[in-house]
Amino acid sequence: MSINTTVFMSSIIRKINASLAGWRLIGTPFLFGFLLLVAPLFLMIALSFWTQDYLDLDRTPSLNNYRDIFSHPVYVMLIKRSVIISLIVTVTTVLLAFPMAYYISFYGGRYKAIWLFLITIPFWTSYLLRIFLWKIILGYNGVVNSGLQSLNLIEEPLSFILYNANAVVIALAHAWAPFAILPIFVALERIDRSMLEAAKDLGDTAIRSFIRVTLPLAMPGIVSAALIVFIPTIGDYVTPKLVGGKDGLMVANMIQVQFSKANNAPLGAALAITSLLTVLLISLGFLFFNRRYLRKQSS
Amino acid sequence: MKKPPLLLFSFVIIYLVFLYAPVMLLPIFAFNDSSIIAFPLSGFTADWFVGLLSENTLHRALKNSLIIAITAAVISTCFGILTARAMARHNFLGKRPSFGLIMAPLFLPEIIIGVALLIVLIQLGISLNIWTVILGHILICTPFSVSILYSAFNNMDKSIEEASLDLGETRFGTFRRVIFPLVKPGVIASLLICFTISLDEFVIAFFLTGVEPTLPVYIWAQLRFPSKLPSIMALGFILLLLSLILLAIFEYYRRRSETLIGKQPS
Repeated sequence: MSINTTVFMSSIIRKINASLAGWRLIGTPFLFGFLLLVAPLFLMIALSFWTQDYLDLDRTPSLNNYRDIFSHPVYVMLIKRSVIISLIVTVTTVLLAFPMAYYISFYGGRYKAIWLFLITIPFWTSYLLRIFLWKIILGYNGVVNSGLQSLNLIEEPLSFILYNANAVVIALAHAWAPFAILPIFVALERIDRSMLEAAKDLGDTAIRSFIRVTLPLAMPGIVSAALIVFIPTIGDYVTPKLVGGKDGLMVANMIQVQFSKANNAPLGAALAITSLLTVLLISLGFLFFNRRYLRKQSS
Repeated sequence: MKKPPLLLFSFVIIYLVFLYAPVMLLPIFAFNDSSIIAFPLSGFTADWFVGLLSENTLHRALKNSLIIAITAAVISTCFGILTARAMARHNFLGKRPSFGLIMAPLFLPEIIIGVALLIVLIQLGISLNIWTVILGHILICTPFSVSILYSAFNNMDKSIEEASLDLGETRFGTFRRVIFPLVKPGVIASLLICFTISLDEFVIAFFLTGVEPTLPVYIWAQLRFPSKLPSIMALGFILLLLSLILLAIFEYYRRRSETLIGKQPS
């Protein structure tokens, strides 16, 4: 054997050994994730192609469930509504979170850590109760209505703020606030302040340097904030159920019904897959347009 | 420090009021002497807290939730240690995909995880109980544990370990006597965060619990009965205080962790 092959062999053996050392550690959590996440997701895909035949499960593959979803207006409407609500929640949450993150990053001074702490405290209340408390705030004799009435601003309690999509948007924009503030804050922290000074010295106005320097550099944070909020909210079950009323129900509520009362797990699985694919598609589209925006900014 | 523009500062104050609005109501109604949750308030009482002592279903739910949260926290943190260590110190085939798989639950809607697990359990004919909830909670807690522990393992000075090995300590001995003490604050922080997440998690527990309720599942059931609401407010207030205490301990250990590995605490 020539020296070269020996070196080559020993480097391969070293690589295999290193791989084994890594896998000895990560193997167990990987296997757990594989068995309890990947395998179940594949089974869910399989199930979505089967049919519930009263009490029995018909395992001949068919597209019946998907045909059902796209031919019944109620399913299409629920998915559409979930997407629209999630998009509105995402835009609202990010728009509200940005100035907050900007304030902490640029004016927080020595108290940045305390500010961040201050923002996370309200979110250590039980999620269920936080959403439920919005019902008390927005309700017929709730905080908002009794407050406005005692100020003589309105005569009749406002009814458009509870049990509809507006209430869902308010409650979700609240629930996901810290998840949007933190990534934007991190991105703003990374901005080299001397670049802003350079823009100012070169004659850019405050607004122009914000649009041309701060915003593009903060974009990675804004993108992750948007995705962190958008992806889970589309599958939110609690909020629409508690404050959404009849017109604010979302697709997760229908998925739950299919798995319990309606006893049609395959249709539920197909609904879950359809919403998951919708989320994926929108997120990818969003990332694509963001990349184009950033390229345009840098050119 | 520069002074912020007035507009920005007013926005920040209003936004903080919005963020704190629901939590502020919790103590108000927990101590309000009326069975109806509405304004105007009628008087001060601690009866709702006393009433919690005689709720047997609540005690069972609390016991279940504690068993689930402690087990899930311990196992997720073990998984977190294994994953963080592998990611920080080893280069191996399939490193990125296996890491992606372990972190994936962070980016999936909880209902998808709950439903997917439910399907498997039904198909395998496994009956639902607190162990099925534990499995689900380990899945969603592990990514949090990994993100806390990764920086602890990654920022640790490699030469300390090497010194220990060179001086004749075994691999296990090095882990026990050198590495573990250095990452211990991170481990405690991870245990606390996983415990809190599991204790508060509703959707997965709702899908995977059988006849044994967890605390959030119990609260969910009580929300339907208007007469139960004040005691739920009292319960919520206790839970908030508990989480804040855990959070304070977590913050303490996170800072310790950063000091131990030689980073300026942030």
